[in-house]
Amino acid sequence: MSDKLINLIIETANELNEEEEVSITSELNKDTPLFGEKGILDSMGLVSLVVAVEQAIEESMGVSISLADEKALSQKNSPFKTIGTLAEYSEGLISEDSND
Amino acid sequence: MTNPVTVITGTRKGIGKYLAEHYVAKGHTVIGCSRGDIDWQLSNYEHFMLDVSDEKNVKRLFSTIRKKYGRVDNLINNAGIASMNHSLLTPASTVQKVLSTNVLGTFLFCREAAKLMKKTKYGRMVNFTTIAVPLKLEGEAAYVASKAGVKSLTEVLSREYAEYHITVNAIGPVPIETDLIRAVPKDKIQNLLDRQAIHRFGMFDDVSNVIDFYLKPESSFITGQTLYLGGV
Repeated sequence: MSDKLINLIIETANELNEEEEVSITSELNKDTPLFGEKGILDSMGLVSLVVAVEQAIEESMGVSISLADEKALSQKNSPFKTIGTLAEYSEGLISEDSND
Repeated sequence: MTNPVTVITGTRKGIGKYLAEHYVAKGHTVIGCSRGDIDWQLSNYEHFMLDVSDEKNVKRLFSTIRKKYGRVDNLINNAGIASMNHSLLTPASTVQKVLSTNVLGTFLFCREAAKLMKKTKYGRMVNFTTIAVPLKLEGEAAYVASKAGVKSLTEVLSREYAEYHITVNAIGPVPIETDLIRAVPKDKIQNLLDRQAIHRFGMFDDVSNVIDFYLKPESSFITGQTLYLGGV
C-alpha cells in the first residue's frame, strides 16, 4: 500500500512540475524532503501538492480524505516532511476512512 | 468557448432560482443545490440536495462535478438564512445555524471550487453579503455578523486565490421581496429603505446585473470588492 502511495505522490508532484505549479529539479523518492529544512516545496507549492494528492487518492482509490486537517498541522513530526511521511500519513487516513 | 459551468447555491426559490434561470438563458450549464427538493425543471440545469455546511456532501458534490463536467467557471454563493430578533431573544442554536449556512457554507463552496478552478487557472466567485452590515442593523446581530464574515472571507480569499486567476467578489443587496424578509415588520423595512440613497426595494435583475459584471471574463482585474445596491 505504502509503495503505491509513494508512487502516487511522486507522479502527482511530477505532474505539478510539468504544469509549472511547483518547481522540482531533482529525482524524487521516498526520502525526498518536501517541506521545511531542505524541502523542495515552498508553502504555496505544498498547498498545491496537498490538494493534488487528495484528488489523486480520490480518483484512484475512491476515498475522500483531508490531508491538511488539524491533526496534521499540530503534529510535532510533520507529515509533510518527506514523500515517505506523507504517504504514511495518507495511508493512516485512508484506513481510518474505511473503518468508518 | 464551450458553455460556462456555473454553480449556484440555494436555488430552490427566490433569488437563487431566478439566477439559475438567468444563467441557463445565457447559455451556462448550471449546477444548483438546496436542502429541499425543487418543484421546477430547466434544461442544462442539474440539481443536488444538500446542506451547504455539510463538508462531506460539499466535497462529494464537487467530486461529481469534476467527473462529469471537468471544471467550474463560476460560483455564486447565494444560499443564506436570516434570523431577525433582538440578541437578547436569540438562542445559541440560531446563531450557530446562521453562521453555519452563511459563513461555513460559503467557505466550503469557495474552497472546493478553488481546487477545480486552479487547474484551469480561471474562476469567478460571487458571495452574498448585505447592506445590513454597513448599516449596522439592530435586531439582526447574528445575520449581520455572519454577513460581515462573508465580506471578510471574500477579501481574504481574493488574495489567496489571485495567483490562480480566480476573482472573489461580493454583492450586498438591499431588501428584496423574498421569503427572507417576509416576517420583518413593514415599518422596519421602510426604515431600511429610507436609509438607502435610492428608496426602493431591490429587484432580482439589480442583483443579476452586478453578478453579470463580476462574471465577465473582462472583469479579471476586479477582486476582493463588495458592491452595495441602492447607494448604501
